[in-house]
Amino acid sequence: MMDRPTGILAVGVGGQGIILATEILSELALSAGFDVKKSEVHGMSQRGGAVLAAVRFGEKVYSPLITEGEADYLLAFEKLEALRNINYLTPDGVLIANNREIYPAPVAAGLMDYPSDIEERLRKCAKNLVLLDAMELAFKAGHPRTLNVVLLGVLSTFLKIPVELWEKTIRRRVPGKAIDANMRAFHLGREQRREE
Amino acid sequence: MAKVVLSGNEAVARGAYEAGVHIATAYPGTPSTEILENIGRHYPEVYAEWAPNEKVAVEVAMGASFGGARSLAAMKHVGVNVAADPMFSFAYTGINGGFILVSADDPSMHSSQNEQDNRQYGKFAKLPVLEPSDSQEVKEFVILGYQISERFNTPVIIRLTTRVSHSKSVVELGERKEVPIKPYVKDPAKYIVMPHHARLLHRELEERLKKLKAFSEATEVNRIEWGNREIGIVTDSISYQYAKEVFPDATVLKLGMVFPFPDKKVRELAAAVEKIYVVEENEPFIEEHIRMLGIPCIGKDKVPILYELNQKRVREAFFGKSKREEIDISDLPPRPPALCPGCPHRSVYYAAHKLKLTVTGDIGCYTLGTMPPLDAMDTCICMGASIGNAFGLELAQGKNFSKKMIATIGDSTFIHSGMTGLAEVAYNKGITTVVILDNGVTAMTGGQQHPATGKTLRGETTRKLDFVALAKAMGIEKVYETDAYNLKEVKERLKEATTADEPVVIVNKGKCILERRGEKFVPFAVDAEKCIGCKICLGLGCPAISFDKEKNKAQIDPILCVGTACTLCSQVCPTEAIGEMEGK
Ligand SMILES: Cc1ncc(C[n+]2csc(CCOP(=O)(O)OP(=O)(O)O)c2C)c(N)n1
Ligand code: SF4
Ligand code: SF4
Repeated sequence: MMDRPTGILAVGVGGQGIILATEILSELALSAGFDVKKSEVHGMSQRGGAVLAAVRFGEKVYSPLITEGEADYLLAFEKLEALRNINYLTPDGVLIANNREIYPAPVAAGLMDYPSDIEERLRKCAKNLVLLDAMELAFKAGHPRTLNVVLLGVLSTFLKIPVELWEKTIRRRVPGKAIDANMRAFHLGREQRREE
Repeated sequence: MAKVVLSGNEAVARGAYEAGVHIATAYPGTPSTEILENIGRHYPEVYAEWAPNEKVAVEVAMGASFGGARSLAAMKHVGVNVAADPMFSFAYTGINGGFILVSADDPSMHSSQNEQDNRQYGKFAKLPVLEPSDSQEVKEFVILGYQISERFNTPVIIRLTTRVSHSKSVVELGERKEVPIKPYVKDPAKYIVMPHHARLLHRELEERLKKLKAFSEATEVNRIEWGNREIGIVTDSISYQYAKEVFPDATVLKLGMVFPFPDKKVRELAAAVEKIYVVEENEPFIEEHIRMLGIPCIGKDKVPILYELNQKRVREAFFGKSKREEIDISDLPPRPPALCPGCPHRSVYYAAHKLKLTVTGDIGCYTLGTMPPLDAMDTCICMGASIGNAFGLELAQGKNFSKKMIATIGDSTFIHSGMTGLAEVAYNKGITTVVILDNGVTAMTGGQQHPATGKTLRGETTRKLDFVALAKAMGIEKVYETDAYNLKEVKERLKEATTADEPVVIVNKGKCILERRGEKFVPFAVDAEKCIGCKICLGLGCPAISFDKEKNKAQIDPILCVGTACTLCSQVCPTEAIGEMEGK
């Protein structure tokens, strides 16, 4: 029997750099010598809807999708989306979640409340949880758009892929003038884990 | 050659490039849009264009094929309905240069109005259908498709689905093989489908299908992957991946060419295995063929006909529901899409809502005008339907009803198939009011150029369609332009138009805000002292505005708000509490 591929699911809101993060992950997996597949739903995400992108890598990957109970890592760019997608996590999967809130339309309009117990529920459901203020770290790195790379930094501490390969792949994929900020973001993300 | 990770759509573009394709055309539509975007961006050797609609795209690619070039037309599944008329004739005439139609279907309707299964078009129009299962196959099947097309004198359909088009996998790149453009030879018996030609062409077509069936029996893309002999699985497209994941040890007949159907391969499988499972998305296309051969199989009895499959759904279809405990998340607020902050479409729907108009809608970003709180749309059927629907309602319900009604249609959609609807209104003495939402781009599908933007697919300057002149040329006298960010003007014009006893066209102008990303705007803010908590501004449904219940005040997110580009909320605020940030 072949080993099951490793599954990483990235979730959040349109415009948060989720697609680029998973692009980086799939290139990384390829250059680390794995078979890799990636899928995404970005239908109306540009208009503030939810975004979901999946990367699976291993010796051989068939389906590009991650279904419930198959995400070894859930990379959540927003807290509510973390909880919404919690059922995708494997029983001992790792949840890396940005603790920022982005109000969905019914909350903004005052028709519904943004749940106040999300962190509590996340702690209860996810055995392995890294909850961080990734947005603050992104600002610290020099640009809010490096949010995605901060989260990749945290993730990198869990995966057995050499740091140099991460750095090289990120360098290749982010805009030229943003390389320094992204490198800082990546390492701020990595340190976050060490501080746990 | 190098290995890269490509989406299925990127692989179509790459395959077209390597196959020496000369001419590629498309009308955008999810999940097919990136095919032409990628050809346009990466492969200058291939002529690439946006056509005004799918029918024109096929007609152009067909003409190019008659002219000896290798050509490609790409579209989403429902686009093939629009292009069906020329496609059915194209099956009769056959090709000169190779031709491929790429149909990108959307099981689960991630961004579509139906989940029609375009494998059926192969059988219906009598055209071979190839179905790749990952990006490497997509590229190879495009190259194979041109070989089939030219060897058998037939157009070829490549059917993708959202998961083939939009998922990425590893592809080994190859070189482009230049193919010379063949001479054009006048041949009325081939290219003119008058009845007496068509009768002969149909006979040839039936002969061709027999040869294609023999090819389908022999080709490596229809192959049996031998495993254990208990279960034989017949599958195609992305379902193959799910089947392999769920049944790693089973024998699998992988169909890369589902039409014409390889009967003998199924018989060979049936003779070797105990039972046959058919794993396919949506319609029982393969299953019906197998049953027709008198071979029993298990398919739609277990595998759902609705929505796309995945490994979990396939597993549960055959082994029963998993017992995993689900964490209850049903209480969470949903995150529906909305018109962007500063969207130029907002004012029309806000005004229509306030004026309590009946609104026939159409397909595009502006379909979001149906979402609360705007809630200002009555119908949305298919591209271009808004105008015909409005005139039909007018005929059924009378002119007084029509005076409280508008048809709203995007600029790209109007060119796609709204122009004929407007001719109908003008010609048959309608009084329908048509609002063309001119945001200067095909926004819904990611911002493509169209005939009224003045730019081609590759960004070159070109002629620009003039909506006002066009409407006037149809004989409509009352034609107005409105500023999408002047709510009063929009409202007045709508009021006036809906009292008129003649057809009115309003061209509502405002550039899609995503097309103005480089510009600097000053965001607006709410002056808490002036805000009386009336919530009127929330009626705009702008994602930048939210309501702070504790303070009983509206607030604006300065990162989302485009303020000075829009100003709509400041126009509706009764206490002038909203304006530029300074001093607030
Ligand atoms: C026959 C068909 N082709 C393509 C599509 C995909 N599609 C949906 S909306 C749209 C474009 C809408 O553009 P426009 O009318 O300019 O409105 P906007 O999104 O810019 O507001 C397209 C191409 C479709 N639904 N049906
Ligand atoms: S993309 Fe453009 S047209 Fe579409 S909702 Fe946003 S601003 Fe409006
Ligand atoms: S000006 Fe008002 S309506 Fe326009 S984007 Fe900003 S908050 Fe939204």
